[in-house]
Amino acid sequence: MEGVGKSYFGNRVLANVNFSLKKGQILGLVGENGAGKSTLMNILFGMPVIQETGGFEGKIYIDGKEVSFNSPFEALEAGVGMVHQEFSLIPGFTAAENIVLNRESTTYNVLVEAFGDRLRTLDRVEIRKRAETAIDTLNVDLHPDMCVSEMPVGHKQFTEIAREIDKKRTRLLVLDEPTAVLTETEAAILLKSMKKLADLGISIIFISHRLQEILDICDTIIVLRDGEVVREFVPEKTDLMSIASAMVGRSIQGQSQRTQEDADRTSGEIILRVENLWVDMPGETVRDVNLEVHKGEIFGIGGLAGQGKLGIGNGIMGLYPSGGTVTFDGDVVPLNDPMAPLSLGIAAVSEDRRGVGLLLEEPIAWNIIFTALQVQNRYLRSILGGLVRIRDAAAIRDCAKHYIQALEIKCVSERQRVVELSGGNQQKICLAKAFALDPKLLFVAEPTRGIDVGAKKVVLDTLREYNRKNRATVVMISSELEELRSICDRIAIIDEGRVAGILPATAPSTEFGLLMLGKVQKTRERVTA
Amino acid sequence: MKYSLREQISHFLVQYAVPIIFVLLSIVAIPLSRFSTEYLVQEMVARLARDSFLVLSLLIPIMAGMGLNFGMVLGAMAGEIGLIFITDWNVMGVQGMLLAMIISTPLAILLGWMCGAILNKAKGREMVTSFILGFFMNGVYQLVVLYGFGNIIPIKNPALVLSRGFGIRNVTNLAGIRHCLDDLFSFNIMGITIPAATFLLIGAFCLFITWFSRTKLGQDMRAVGQDQDVAGSTGIPVERTRIISIVISTVLACYGQIIFLQNIGTMNTYNSHEQAGMFAIASLLVGGASVSRATIPNVFLGVILFHLMFVVSPMAGKYLIGEAQLGEFFRVFISYGVIAIALVLYSWRRHKERERARRSLRGAE
Repeated sequence: MEGVGKSYFGNRVLANVNFSLKKGQILGLVGENGAGKSTLMNILFGMPVIQETGGFEGKIYIDGKEVSFNSPFEALEAGVGMVHQEFSLIPGFTAAENIVLNRESTTYNVLVEAFGDRLRTLDRVEIRKRAETAIDTLNVDLHPDMCVSEMPVGHKQFTEIAREIDKKRTRLLVLDEPTAVLTETEAAILLKSMKKLADLGISIIFISHRLQEILDICDTIIVLRDGEVVREFVPEKTDLMSIASAMVGRSIQGQSQRTQEDADRTSGEIILRVENLWVDMPGETVRDVNLEVHKGEIFGIGGLAGQGKLGIGNGIMGLYPSGGTVTFDGDVVPLNDPMAPLSLGIAAVSEDRRGVGLLLEEPIAWNIIFTALQVQNRYLRSILGGLVRIRDAAAIRDCAKHYIQALEIKCVSERQRVVELSGGNQQKICLAKAFALDPKLLFVAEPTRGIDVGAKKVVLDTLREYNRKNRATVVMISSELEELRSICDRIAIIDEGRVAGILPATAPSTEFGLLMLGKVQKTRERVTA
Repeated sequence: MKYSLREQISHFLVQYAVPIIFVLLSIVAIPLSRFSTEYLVQEMVARLARDSFLVLSLLIPIMAGMGLNFGMVLGAMAGEIGLIFITDWNVMGVQGMLLAMIISTPLAILLGWMCGAILNKAKGREMVTSFILGFFMNGVYQLVVLYGFGNIIPIKNPALVLSRGFGIRNVTNLAGIRHCLDDLFSFNIMGITIPAATFLLIGAFCLFITWFSRTKLGQDMRAVGQDQDVAGSTGIPVERTRIISIVISTVLACYGQIIFLQNIGTMNTYNSHEQAGMFAIASLLVGGASVSRATIPNVFLGVILFHLMFVVSPMAGKYLIGEAQLGEFFRVFISYGVIAIALVLYSWRRHKERERARRSLRGAE
């Protein structure tokens, strides 16, 4: 392989990325969520989403020849293999069957003449032999006859990689966070196999959030930030800190700044105590979270996507199956019951604004009072001597008008349907809906996702003001570290479903960065899969 | 992962809940019905020969992840149309059966392809879609048989046609092919007649299914059945594979219906196919199959248990309460009830399994 050079101009997501990779080398690709790693790999792999959104700019060369893949199959033909974060395995098949999936060895039988090649008989012996060869190349302990659904995660990962090796053509292998789901011993084995593959002449692009691994095995390291290559490192001449700061250091615009008053704040007694919380939220699994939130503070929860930070709020609010102990203001909060936390005075603003947060087809006023009406029986008045209760239209209107004014919601009237509003204004309605409950504790998940800079500032300022004025406790969950640092008092970083550490917001961003990347070692119980 | 003995037992009970319930019911009902063992064994042998082929035709779509194919009703209709033709032309015996199969095969392929194409548009809701599709095609079938035959398609035999001159009579007499396959060669063991030719055919069919699951196409179907996205991402033509599985099932159901009717000897022109789907699916579920997993032993166990209940329950009802009507009611009750139970158990079982898998999430135990 001569080298892969690529540039991609103009677009916000990726701009002017250039790099080259030699035969048998390992390239480490690091960057925060949203830095453009996935887009870059999608381009390389010819994912249809790239074509659908207008193709890409720049050129890719493999072996000195310009290539542009229109589908993943073309990329496979050209020898580009990819192991995605989500496993692409058939659960009921054995390792061997998965390794040779759709490339099975077959033998001839008579019926082929009549019905075509798909009626060829499978050659089980040969399939097994091929699987064993691939597994031996990887040098891992994996039984070819083991069923995938019974495998620990690490073995699934090995099966995926073995499949790529079995494709004889594979010359470039992309591994997207292969170690994220592995235990440390498994990760170590994987890294060793990667080295072995590289020695066999296969080039590898290795994406990982675990910087130490990257430093250990890569020949070159590229740091992506906001769609650009910010630095290119050679592992011998760098260290963790400089990579971490290259990743997270960024300028923030339009966000509220900390004031002196913030620094002097003291927080009250513990209002929320979370012990051994696990939440089964798909893609955001919480494994074992312990934390304490003090009365009157703004508590931030950060971490990379998929590490479980969103699961915490949703789990406590009873939206996903969960377990553990949550104590609020002296009361134990029953889990798996959405009504319980609401009636105890805990409210939440969901990260899924349009799905969970709003009744899109209903007017603004209804959205704002909906939960208060359902949970607290407010905005109702009795008629017929208390026999029937109907909505109190006047009170609803007044309440809606109050919030529209207070939060600067841009709308025609309180009767306008929510679906017609912009993302920022929808978010403000979600906040108003939570405020209308007069909560003692408020969970806010990803409040600034997908809204413009101006609205971001209003949302953050509103939260801060609400916290100051009403002495309400706010737990804010966000992927944007700088945003958390600008408004929170303390920030917990979640990594692999556990609290990696809790730091005051004034701590330097590199320390947060290291926590996010799982660099700070913690005692990790082995989880049986 | 290790499970205690207690958990293993409860897992087994959950897994085989439906057959266990039926075995228990049979144990209670058989003595009540006062049937002789000989009679019951003869009855079961006859019903195994009659129904197994139809039930076996359900296996391939389950393999391809399309659930229980109520679309087999379409195949049954195709088979019946073939039978109407051979009765009209007066082709008798095994030759008649073969001719009926030959006539109905292209029709079954066409209907199966259509059904498969529609089911591809309704992924994840295959069962209810094919069920309703069966109702719809029943209307088309009635149109063709009630008006087309005698009007557009010439029917010579006046015994087949309604007195008004077109349309087939409610009951078609299949005397020409009655028991022709069963009696091709059969023998007696201890007074029980065994239709060996039919069983040979069923045996061949079982071998075919076993062989088929070892072909490339069978492997692809299993892959598609378990995860369409993954299968698609490795280049398996998912939709085409699904259509093929339905076509195979429909054609086999068509043959199954012909075998079924040659045993019965008369054809209920407008109703036979409706029952075919329902009874076949109920049998399979009674045998311990689920919407996503079914094996050949499930088929035979299911046919025996379901029909045992079917034969025994009216008489048991009669002797127990003095009312045969109640037993008749029980028949209908079980065939629908078992489908409902099996479907509910299926999702309950999945829930249980997910819960089991979730235990690993609790890092703090």
